[in-house]
Amino acid sequence: MLKELFTKTKTKPKKYATIPSKAAKQDVPEGIMTKCPNCKKILYTKELNKNYKVCTQCEYHFQMNSAERINSFLDFESFRELDREMVSGNPLDFPGYEEKLEQDRKKTGLNEAVVTGIGTVKGYEAAIAIMDAHFRMGSMGSVVGEKITRAIEKADELSIPFIIFTASGGARMQEGVLSLMQMAKTSVALKRFSDHGGLIISVMTHPTTGGVSASFASLGDYNFAEPGALIGFAGRRIIEQTIREELPEDFQTAEFLLKQGQLDAVISRVDMKEKIAAILDIHQPGGTFEWQEN
Amino acid sequence: MAGELEFEKPVVELRKKISELKEYMKNTDVDLTSEIDKLEARLQKLETEIYGNMKPWERVQIARHPNRPTTLEYISLLFTDFFECHGDRTFGDDEAIVGGIAKFHGYPITVIGHQRGKDTKENIRRNFGMPHPEGYRKALRLMKQAEKFRRPIISFIDTKGAYPGKAAEERGQSEAIARNLFEMAGLRVPVICVVIGEGGSGGALALGVGNYIHMLENSTYSVISPEGAAALLWKDSSLAKKAAETMKITAPDLKGLGIIDEIIPEVKGGAHKDLQQQAKYIDKILIDSMSKLQVLDEETLLNQRYEKYKRIGEFSFPTERIGVK
Ligand SMILES: [Zn+2]
Repeated sequence: MLKELFTKTKTKPKKYATIPSKAAKQDVPEGIMTKCPNCKKILYTKELNKNYKVCTQCEYHFQMNSAERINSFLDFESFRELDREMVSGNPLDFPGYEEKLEQDRKKTGLNEAVVTGIGTVKGYEAAIAIMDAHFRMGSMGSVVGEKITRAIEKADELSIPFIIFTASGGARMQEGVLSLMQMAKTSVALKRFSDHGGLIISVMTHPTTGGVSASFASLGDYNFAEPGALIGFAGRRIIEQTIREELPEDFQTAEFLLKQGQLDAVISRVDMKEKIAAILDIHQPGGTFEWQEN
Repeated sequence: MAGELEFEKPVVELRKKISELKEYMKNTDVDLTSEIDKLEARLQKLETEIYGNMKPWERVQIARHPNRPTTLEYISLLFTDFFECHGDRTFGDDEAIVGGIAKFHGYPITVIGHQRGKDTKENIRRNFGMPHPEGYRKALRLMKQAEKFRRPIISFIDTKGAYPGKAAEERGQSEAIARNLFEMAGLRVPVICVVIGEGGSGGALALGVGNYIHMLENSTYSVISPEGAAALLWKDSSLAKKAAETMKITAPDLKGLGIIDEIIPEVKGGAHKDLQQQAKYIDKILIDSMSKLQVLDEETLLNQRYEKYKRIGEFSFPTERIGVK
C-alpha cells in the first residue's frame, strides 16, 4: 500500500510541491537505470524509487531529499508545512553568504535546510522536522534552529509527538556563534517539551555530524539511525590528525554507534514508517485497562 | 615580564625606558623628574591606544596566553571552602573539567569549569582542557547535585573544544554534550556562566546554558577556531587573523549579537597582568547576577532561561519570496 502511495504522488498534484533538485538528480539520475555506488549493481530507477531509494541487492540507502522523505514517511497528503517562508539574514555580513543561500534556494526549491510541519504516520499525528542535506549541506543556522524550535513548540501546544530526521554537516559557518547557539536553543525547547511529557523521536540519516549530532539528534527518547549513516561529533580527518592513527572502516557509522550503545536501533528505510508508527501507537494516551487475548 | 605579545611591544619598550631613567636618577644627581613625568603621560596615552582598541586577533592572543588565569586560580580567589569532587560515577575522572562545592561570600554554591594546565606536564594530565564525555558527565552529576541541594551553579568556560578523539567518539561525545545542553535548560537553580578564556564550540557550550552568560573582555566564543574557519572557508589556515574578524568571536561582538549579558572588564593588557584585580572584577559581576537571580522563583528562573535562548538568531519572513522559484 505504501508503495502505491509513493508512485501515486508522482502523477497527482501534490499538496507539497517541490522542484526536483539538481542534487537529487545526481543521487539518482533521471535515467532509466541507476548504478548502486556500493554493490555496483545496475538498478531500474523506477524500482529503486519504489523501494524508498534503497538498493534491492545490498540495501545501500541512497540519500533522500526532504520532499521524498515526506512522501515516503507520512500519510498521503497529510503534511501541512510550517514557516515555509522563513529565510536567513546575514548576521555577520559574511561575504558571499546571501549569494550562496540564493543558489541553494534555486537548486533545491527550499528556503532552508529543514522542512517542518504537522503530518500523520499511519494516522498518528506528529510534528515533523526533516533536514535536507542538499541545502548548504544541511548546516544549522538561525533559520534551522528557529524552525525546529517552533516545530517543538507546536508539538508541545498540540500535545503530539515530535519526530526529527536529521541530515547535517554541522554548523553554518557563515553565521558563526549564532549557529552554535542554535544547539542550545533547540535543546532548551526539547527539555521543556520533554518535561511536559512530550515524546521525542530522532532518526539520524546520512550524514549527522558536529553540532546537530551534539544537540537534538542525540536527544530523542528513542534515537534511531538509517543503515550506513555517518554519525559523529568530530570529523574523521580531524580525529586521525589528532591521534595520529587510522580509524577502523566502520568508525562513526550507524552500526558502530549501535554497538557502542549510542542508539536504540538501526532501522531500514523500508521499515521506517511501520516501526515508527508502532512506537507512536505504544505512546498513545491510554484509555481504561483492558486485557487483550493475543 | 615574560610572555609579552607583539602588539604591546611599544608599551613594553616605553615602560622599560622609564624604569631605566628612574634607575639612572637614583644613581646620579641629575634630576629627570619632568622628563619621566612626560614619558609616563605618554605611556598612559599609549596604553589606552593599544589596550583600549584591541583588534580581534589581539584578543585571541590574550585569550590563549599561556599565563592566562585558569578556573582553579579564579576559584581560589573568588570562593572559600572549595572542595573538589571527582569522577562521573560511570567511566572515570576527566581532569579537563574540575568541579566541586564552595562558598561565595559565605553562600553555598557549586562551581564547575574547564581546566587547562599551566605547564606541559599539567596540560598532558588535563588534556589541554579538552574534555572527553566523562568530563561533561561529571559536570552534569555535580549540577544535578547542586539542584538537589538548591545551590546556585557558577560555570567557567575555557576550552579550545571537546576532544576530537577515537575514545571520545566511542563513549558518545555528541550525546554527552547534547545531554548537558538539555539538562542545564531544566536546572531549578540559578546558573551563571562566565567565559574566561577560549569558548570553543560545542565543547564550551556544554557548560554554557545558563541564566546569564558573561564574557571577560578579552575572551572569545566561537563555533570554530579562527584557524579552522580559515582552512574551511578559504582553504588557508594562515588567514586566521582575517577569520577572527569575520567570524565575530570577541566579547563586544557577542554582546552586539545579543548572546551575552555582560562584558567583564579586564585589567590593562589582559587578565594575566593582575590576577587579584581581575578576580575582583569577576566578583562584582557575580554578586550582581546572584542577587538578581536569587529573588526569582523556579518557574520564572526557567522561563528567563528559555526566553534567553529562544531570542538568539536572525531570520525574517520576506513576503516577496513566497513562490520564488
Ligand atoms: Zn547495492
